[in-house]
Amino acid sequence: MSNVFPKWSNALPLKIIVFVFILAAAVVSGITYYATPSYTRVGYEPVQPVPYDHSFHVGELGLDCRYCHSKVEESGHANIPASSTCMACHSMIKTDSELLEPVRASFASGEPLPWVRVHQTPDYVYFNHSVHVNRGVSCVECHGEVNKMEIVKHDQPMSMGWCLECHRNPEEYLRPIAEVTNLDWVHPGGEKGQIEDGKKFVEEWNVNPPQSCTGCHR
Amino acid sequence: MRYVYLIFILGVVGMVSILGPRGSKSTKPPLEVFPDMDRMPKYHPQAESGFFADGRTDRLPVDGSIARGTYIADEYLATGKRGETFGKGFPIEVDNDAIARGEDRYNIYCTVCHGGAGDGDGITKKYGMLTVANLTDARLSEYTDGQLYDVVKNGKGLMYGYADRLSVEDRWNVVLYVRALQRAANGSAKDLTPAKREELGL
Repeated sequence: MSNVFPKWSNALPLKIIVFVFILAAAVVSGITYYATPSYTRVGYEPVQPVPYDHSFHVGELGLDCRYCHSKVEESGHANIPASSTCMACHSMIKTDSELLEPVRASFASGEPLPWVRVHQTPDYVYFNHSVHVNRGVSCVECHGEVNKMEIVKHDQPMSMGWCLECHRNPEEYLRPIAEVTNLDWVHPGGEKGQIEDGKKFVEEWNVNPPQSCTGCHR
Repeated sequence: MRYVYLIFILGVVGMVSILGPRGSKSTKPPLEVFPDMDRMPKYHPQAESGFFADGRTDRLPVDGSIARGTYIADEYLATGKRGETFGKGFPIEVDNDAIARGEDRYNIYCTVCHGGAGDGDGITKKYGMLTVANLTDARLSEYTDGQLYDVVKNGKGLMYGYADRLSVEDRWNVVLYVRALQRAANGSAKDLTPAKREELGL
């Protein structure tokens, strides 16, 4: 009877318990790291029907975001431009470019270009672009430095916790309205100046970002 | 037990090397780990539709119809014309706010070609933009306000119209700002107040 369980088995339960804890820790950290938007969404850069280069058009030519996304100040949806917007220049510039053929075809036929959506909040999130850009939240806060992107990529996780970071401390992010589409802008007074001015904006513009569920989920 | 840990570590190393770090670039659509009700069968602006024959959720207005609330009774305000001819004068309130708004819009939509000063020296010239008008020359200074409005709205020659991006009011604001640019480009010391002239030593 004394030989049924060998001596080493005495330590086994403890070893199993320790291993289970380590395994659980690994699973939890794995899920936290991989099953969240910071991993699943950030870095998404779909292949677009026309390889429009923001770093050239915005960074070098200096086009304002609103030249194309013209309704962002009035509408909840930041619109993708019509082909005629492209053709305003490209009816004269690079008229024989093969890459622009889909644009010309779309302009001629009236069929929209099948641009691939990069940022897509879940359908139960009611995000409104106009209220944000009209209250000093720059494009760069959510979309990253698009003016330096050759291919647009998903830059920020856009998870709920990430939204709330700003909704809880708006003074850290608000900037003068005139600088909203200037993606390179940083407060000249550094972090301290930003907080000081930010607090002023919060008060002057009566910024009261909702933190209740119904603020965004309706 | 040693083997269990070895297999465990191999498993972790394998997972990490397959999945890579956060922020890795990918052309594949994001995986939705917990789909919940992230994607509902409802229509989004500018999205695809399986219902309409043309595949769009955005519907074009029926020919000959005007969206409710967008009809403008004042013909001059809407077209810049009085009867058959272009009119003079501004149908909007002319004040500093209107000029400031015009400047703001001008710098978004016009500067790239016509240049910040309106002299036709925008950045697109370098890339082969053809015959960009100098807004401050005598020919365009003689344009009536209504005529300038019509160019902003409908375009002219090679220039496309901006009616889709500038509201009726904003088009007039831009015209107002163009008038200010023309004044600035063609001004002389006589336009300044005596105090300003002294300050500049003229």
